[in-house]
Amino acid sequence: MSILINEKTRALVQGITGGEGRFHTERMLQDGTNIVGGVTPGKAGESVEGVPVFDSVADAVAETQANASILFVPPAFAADAILEAAEAGIELIVCLTEGIPVHDMLPARRYVDLVGAKLLGPNTPGLISPGQSKLGVMAGYIHKPGSIGIISRSGTLTYEVVHQLTALGIGQSTCVGIGGDPIVGLSYKELLPMFEADSETEGIILIGEIGGSAEEEAAELIKKEIRKPVVAFIAGRTAPPGRRMGHAGAIISGGSGTAEAKMTALTAAEVTVAASPAEIGAAMAERLGR
Amino acid sequence: MKIHEYQAKELFAKYGIPVASSRAVTSVDDAAAASREIGLPVVVKAQIHAGGRGKGGGIVVAKDEATVREAAERILGSPLITPQTGSEGQIVRTLLIEKASAIASEFYLAVTVDRAKRSAVVIASRAGGVNIEETAERDPEAILKEWVEPAIGLRPFQASRLARKLGLPKAAVRPATKLILNLYKLFCAEDCSLAEINPLAITEDEEMIAIDAKINFDDSGLFRHPANQELRDLSEEDPLEVEATAVNLNYIKLDGNVGCLVNGAGLAMATMDLIDHVGARPANFLDVGGGATAEMIEKGFRILVDDPDVEAVFINIFGGILRCDVLAEGVVAAAKAVNVKLPVIVRLEGTNVEAGREILANSGLSFRTAADLKEAAQMVGDVVKGAAS
Repeated sequence: MSILINEKTRALVQGITGGEGRFHTERMLQDGTNIVGGVTPGKAGESVEGVPVFDSVADAVAETQANASILFVPPAFAADAILEAAEAGIELIVCLTEGIPVHDMLPARRYVDLVGAKLLGPNTPGLISPGQSKLGVMAGYIHKPGSIGIISRSGTLTYEVVHQLTALGIGQSTCVGIGGDPIVGLSYKELLPMFEADSETEGIILIGEIGGSAEEEAAELIKKEIRKPVVAFIAGRTAPPGRRMGHAGAIISGGSGTAEAKMTALTAAEVTVAASPAEIGAAMAERLGR
Repeated sequence: MKIHEYQAKELFAKYGIPVASSRAVTSVDDAAAASREIGLPVVVKAQIHAGGRGKGGGIVVAKDEATVREAAERILGSPLITPQTGSEGQIVRTLLIEKASAIASEFYLAVTVDRAKRSAVVIASRAGGVNIEETAERDPEAILKEWVEPAIGLRPFQASRLARKLGLPKAAVRPATKLILNLYKLFCAEDCSLAEINPLAITEDEEMIAIDAKINFDDSGLFRHPANQELRDLSEEDPLEVEATAVNLNYIKLDGNVGCLVNGAGLAMATMDLIDHVGARPANFLDVGGGATAEMIEKGFRILVDDPDVEAVFINIFGGILRCDVLAEGVVAAAKAVNVKLPVIVRLEGTNVEAGREILANSGLSFRTAADLKEAAQMVGDVVKGAAS
């Protein structure tokens, strides 16, 4: 098993005829994703890598019964693309775009909730259930099917952790990037219970960073609801306050959002907090008794 | 992006938020002329992005022209040190000369984004003119909030509820309601991440006036506001950071001794933490991003070694979209061009890693290559300890 996506997921690619869209469609197909259609306004009737292109998400859903969508859409139009997918009944919307204005995301996020869809991102590398399906841009080959669930706010740091796990012979059930923006969709508190309920997931790795309070909320939830072993790492212990560290969401403001506070909260929830990013995989191996 | 008080007040005026008459000046003579024009008494206010200006002597009330001249002479062109600037301070290039107001009471008012509630929030307090974070910690009840439903926007009843809860004089409730709605309008229309008035004053004539003004723009929304992009003051930023931004690199100068070049913001922060973990201190945050070219890598590397505090360089790349061979080419070109003498530790993994390692090995330069992150950390630790002994 896995969470959110598996080999049955019927995926659309919004922005499929652009450079990024084309490139990653090919790679996602190689990693086993069941891509049933693409969307680019005005390009209906064309095809990309054998995938039929539609003018709108609604057209594509009517024709293909797609239930998930991944977006390769520039920042100025991305919130609109999220709304279009939500309106058409897509259940899981994965938005990779970095740099969407916060004032566009606030109403988009609200509408997604209103129609009962799930949004991942924006500013995420996406998600992968190794060997089954990938809606994202991560390199498939570093992954290995297995039993560890990963939830992360960062891209390349997640690749690092996956690499450490795979090198130790530990596979992954699903790796989910929740995105580095201040306003994102699914977060730790929605994803942790999914991993807890997934019969194949044995342990969960939570990769957080400075800014906001999502990790503190996650710690509260872990204390109450999560029985599986959890290992965490919080990036940004050495970041100065008031500066935006690359990710728009990674900023310590007014004494809140510090790595210290997050690590303290997680430790109190009996989460193993790795002191060094080089030891995250090993910490999970230890928790699993391997 | 931050802007100056005088720029924020121009936006306030545009959105019907009352401000005192004022003029921004850059010389002592203009400061004196402005005070005559506006009419004494005036307040002379140093324009820097950091807060706490009053504590650093950057705000002076002047009853006569001699005091205006004296203050302008002292402040202009000199560094102003405040609790927020660091010990070197920030050079003051502009002064705001503003009509002094007879203040009866002071409040706090701001609009920002509440990440946890995923909505905008209007924050108000009777404790104006002071550090709002301290107030929030000491006395949370003193902070009033109205959250904004994103699909509907801030409604007049919410603004008026806030104005009444603040305990304003009756005559001020209606203008305050309008002011709150206007501030929210500005916050949305100009793509702000923060619009703050601290203090918001009620004068002895029971008029409302924004004494200070702070606006931060959402960097992601700046593309649709060309006029606001013009408000950027590069002299307030670190020159190395400005250079990096010009070539699309995400660089922040820190005060450590190990420079690092990384792809991805999360991994870049984790790399800084790793440097700290082995007993060194990170000299910077540098995320070269996913789509970096060999030229961008070269530029990034040069920025690192241009920092006189840097004693060693640590390159940590997990290739995905950014291929390891492209990275290696850029690093080799830069290291040859600047004839770098510093120890350079390289850790490569991911797309085209073999080709990348080969380029480094055949370059004739002495890079220290690590097989994994753990080994890289050890190497950084050894280099720094070696330099210290």
